[in-house]
Parts: sequence; structure tokens; C-alpha cells
Amino acid sequence: MFSRAYKAAVALPPIVWVGAFLLTPYLLLFCNSFWSVRDGQTIVHDWGMQNYSKLVHVPVYAEVLLRSMKIAGGVTLLALLLGYPLAYYVAFYAKRKELLYQLVIIPLWVSYLVRAYAWKTILGSDGVMNTLLQYLHITHEPVGFLLYSPFAVVLTLTHIYTPFTFLPIYAALEHIPKNLIEASQDLGASRIKTFWRVIVPLSIPGILAGATFAFVLSLGDFLAPLLLGGPSGIMISNVVVTLFGAAFDWPLGAAISACMMVLVLAILFLTEKLEKKWSFS
Amino acid sequence: MTTTAVPQAPAATQPLLSVNRVAKTFGKNIVLSDVSLDIAQGEFLSILGESGSGKTTLLRLIAGFERPDSGTIQMAGERIDSLPPYKRRVNTVFQSYALFPHLTVADNVAYGLKVSKAPRGEIDSRVREALAMVKMEGFAASKPSKLSGGQQQRVALARALVNRPKLLLLDEPLSALDANLRREMQFELKSLQREVGIAFVFVTHDQEEAMTMSDRVALLRFGELEQVATPREIYSKPATAYVAQFIGHSNLLRCNVSRGIARCGNVICTTSEADGPAVFSLRPEAIRLASAAGATDVVRFKATVLRQVFQGATELFELDCGGMTLNAKIYSARVPAGESEFEFALSDFVPVKESR
Repeated sequence: MFSRAYKAAVALPPIVWVGAFLLTPYLLLFCNSFWSVRDGQTIVHDWGMQNYSKLVHVPVYAEVLLRSMKIAGGVTLLALLLGYPLAYYVAFYAKRKELLYQLVIIPLWVSYLVRAYAWKTILGSDGVMNTLLQYLHITHEPVGFLLYSPFAVVLTLTHIYTPFTFLPIYAALEHIPKNLIEASQDLGASRIKTFWRVIVPLSIPGILAGATFAFVLSLGDFLAPLLLGGPSGIMISNVVVTLFGAAFDWPLGAAISACMMVLVLAILFLTEKLEKKWSFS
Repeated sequence: MTTTAVPQAPAATQPLLSVNRVAKTFGKNIVLSDVSLDIAQGEFLSILGESGSGKTTLLRLIAGFERPDSGTIQMAGERIDSLPPYKRRVNTVFQSYALFPHLTVADNVAYGLKVSKAPRGEIDSRVREALAMVKMEGFAASKPSKLSGGQQQRVALARALVNRPKLLLLDEPLSALDANLRREMQFELKSLQREVGIAFVFVTHDQEEAMTMSDRVALLRFGELEQVATPREIYSKPATAYVAQFIGHSNLLRCNVSRGIARCGNVICTTSEADGPAVFSLRPEAIRLASAAGATDVVRFKATVLRQVFQGATELFELDCGGMTLNAKIYSARVPAGESEFEFALSDFVPVKESR
């Protein structure tokens, strides 16, 4: 057994780290959300619910939040629709599993910013898409709606977060004993029935984990909407960034952040519960 | 351990399943070569063999999880070797049971009926019936993970039998159970099979299990069948030296035959084998102390006891008879020291083929 002193010595650095760089900022943020700004310059510590009531009464915040959730929901759906078949193929049919697996992982090593900019080049008015459309005589001048729209944001975020859905689903599929699939076929279930009755239920923990990743990460994303969203593609994090920056309204920004945190924690709690309910090993 | 009823292969005009000259290789590994086997309606057939003999592959070919490289498999006269598993009227009990972890016991058993879209009322009554048959009706709502190995085994059996297959395949289903439960399940499985009248193909590496339960035993070695016969026949008339040694233990006597007389050490007896070298099998329990009355069809020989090993009901004697060592199981500890006379029935002296 280790002595108490030894245990304390080992535990202290991470505790200090987490306390100083995680808990304290959160606490400050939380406090900020109850304060207010005077003359657009100084933050006064007059405790109250004014920021939260503003969030409820000024419709623009709810609108942006709703849009963010729609975008995140769309990204989640698309990432699952892309990630699941891919994971299914790699897990059950691929001859060169490691290679395919690596091909899915490699984009994760490329900077997020580079990938977002890549889409800007593809979708822009002098971009690959528009050049192609004009070359094929489908259009005669650049199409504007590709870039600076929620569409561009969803596309980019889907590209970025599909590996995050692929990984847990692949792990779940790999984990399914092959003899369960054989047992299902043996009992008269075709491949399609086996897929719906055995493979999908047993991969639910992976689907939930992947969906959580895609939804939570894209809900809080601010770079993709900043680079590709335009005015109609603004998301809640962009609002927070503006409030903490140019608008200098830290208290309101903090209130939004606190709400987002509660929302995300609720999602994590819920999916954790569901994952437990659907895991059997 | 043999049952009192004399086992016999049920006579049928057409075999239920017939495996015809089937071969299977995995890469460079020849797993089965030229295997032919008929399974009759309602028969309990064991496929016996050591690990790597190809017995599980043969089962998987019948189930449809593998396709043969050559040869055919027919069921009631129709070729099934190219059909997928879900189109064959065959069900399997897997070695590790393979129960669906996300379904209750009742839903596991109902699975086959549900995917084949049986009417709801019928599903319920048949599931109840099947669970009662394996004495698991009290566990219908449990999840498989809450059950013991033996209980999971019973559920797996019910899940297969509820579909009323023509043929049930069992892949070493008892190998994960402890010895006592295993013996109990052997008898239960056998009586269940008689009750439902479905043909069972039972894969095992345990020769005692195969002998106890089967109507016929098919002994597989290196992907080829050594012998297919009733347990009594395979025991008393082994076809090859390998069979003689694998089923129980046997003395193998390598004799020289000339003009109808086989000689091997002090053992001299008549045979119908052709002249030249020949191998004979003689069971240790066939040897006894020579009786006073000179019976006919008995071969007598002189031997000295080298060693005596107590084995409970019997004593094992290691005998030296003219430079050849024989094992003998005798129900008496009183064998005089020095040279004695022993005997065995001529019918127990069985010519066998030298193994490959």
C-alpha cells in the first residue's frame, strides 16, 4: 500500500490543475452571468437574474439557439448516415480493415482550420463547385448560395464529425460476436432481418456515443459558421464570442454559456443512461 | 456407460440428409476431403473427432455457414449446399450458445417464429411449450446474462427446437458444462431427442459422450471418415487401428499371417486374413484368466504379469506374452505370480486396417 503522503503528492498536481484552469474559470463564468454592465464599460457585481430574463424575452437568442440545434441535429443525422454504413462495411466486409480504418482517422490529424478553409475553396464563387457547374453549362454565373449559408456549415461540420460517429459505431460492431449473426441466420432471418433485429440493437451504444459526439461538438462550434456561415448561418457560439469581444457584455455571454453547459450536461447524462440500458456485456 | 436399449439405425427409404463427397479447404489447409455421410430420419448421429479433424467444419457446411469446394449436400433429395443458412430447415445449437443478449429468454425462443411471421397466438403457445420442454418456463422474462451455463444451454436448445427443424445440429454443446451437469444433460438431451423425433447431428471430441448418446457414430480424422457405425459395432468391430485406439483403448497386435494362422508372441489363432503382415485389435476387457473347461472358439495363451494397477472395479494387468506387451482388464485381483494361462474369445480378435 502507498502512504497517505505519497497518494497526496501524486493527486495534488492534477487537482491543482483542474481547480485552477477548469473549476475556477467555470465559477467565474457562473458569477458573471448574474452581474451586469454599466455604461458599456464596467461590470458591476449587482447579483440578479436580468441576463437570464433577457435570454427568455429577446427572441433573437432563442432563434439562434434553435438554429444551432437544427444545424447540430442535421450534422448528427448526416454523420450517422455516413458513419454507420462505413463502419458496417469496415467491420464486416472490408478485406483491408486497418487501411480503411486509418483512412478514416487520418483527416483527424489535419488541422480543423485547414479543413474548414478547404470547403471555403470548394464552395466559393471562384471555387471548385462553381467552376464545375459553369464548365458543365448548368449555370452561367457563380451560384452564391453554396457558401455563407447554413448548408455550407452543415456540410463542413458533417465532414469534420463523421469520423467521430464512425469510431464508436465501428467499435460497437466489432464487438458483436459473429456467432450471434450466424444464430440469427440459422433461425431463418435473412441478412436484412438480421441487420435490424440483431446488429442495430447491439450497436445502439455506439450510435448513441457517435451521435453525442457529433451533436455536442457541432452545437458548440464557432469556426465553421464564422468562416462559412455568413449572416444566415450564425450559431450560438458566435453570439457568445461577440458578446465577450466587440459587444463587451460578458455577463450576457456568461449566461448563454451557462445555459449551454446545462443543456450539454443534460444531453450527456441522458445518453449515458441510454447507453447503459443498451449495453449487455 | 451404455443404455440398455439396443441402438439401431432407423430404416428409411431415403436418407434425411446426405453428404456426398464433400471437400473443403481453407487456404492451403485441407479441412475435409471426400466425406460422404447419410443421416436418417430421427437418427442421433455423433460426429466424433479430435480438434482439427474437421468435425465443426462439416457441421457448418450442413448448417450453411460454409460452402463446400466440391461435392453436394442434399436434404430429402433436394440440393441445399448452395442455399443460405436461413433457407435451410436446419437449426443449430452453438458451442457458446449464442443467445441474443438484448432479448429476453422468451424473445430469444420466439426469434425464429417471429422472423418467419408465424401468427402471434401460435408464437406464444409454442414458446411456452418449448420452454416447458427444457424446464425453463420460470425464466421467460429473464435476460440471458442472468442465467447459468446449463440454463443458457437449455434456452439455446428450446430456441432451436421451437422451429421444428428436420435436423438439429449441436456443436459441442456440453463442453462448457462441468462433469456432473454434463452427464445429466447427456441423458436429458437423449430422451428429448427420442421425444421430439428430430434427427440430431452432435459434434463432440468426447468418445464416451458419443458412445452414450448416439444411434451411430461417425469418426473423423484429418478430414476423412474413419468409420461410421453404431456405438456397439464401432467398439467391437473397429475398422482401423486408429478407431480401435481412439474408442476405448485397445491392444494392437501386429501379426504375421501365413496359411490362415496369425502369430504374434505367444498368441496364435486362426484368421481369414490373407497371408502377410496384419494388424488385430484386442480389447483389454476381452482377456480373462483361462477357465478350466476347454470352451470352443476361445484362444488361449501363456503370459507373465509385469505390472498390476488397481482401477476400482477392475484391475489392469500388463502382460508379457513372448516379447509382446498386452493390457488386460480383469475383475479379479487374484492372478498368480509368474506364468499363467489367459484366454479370449476368437470373435474379440478383430482385424483392423493400418491407419493412414
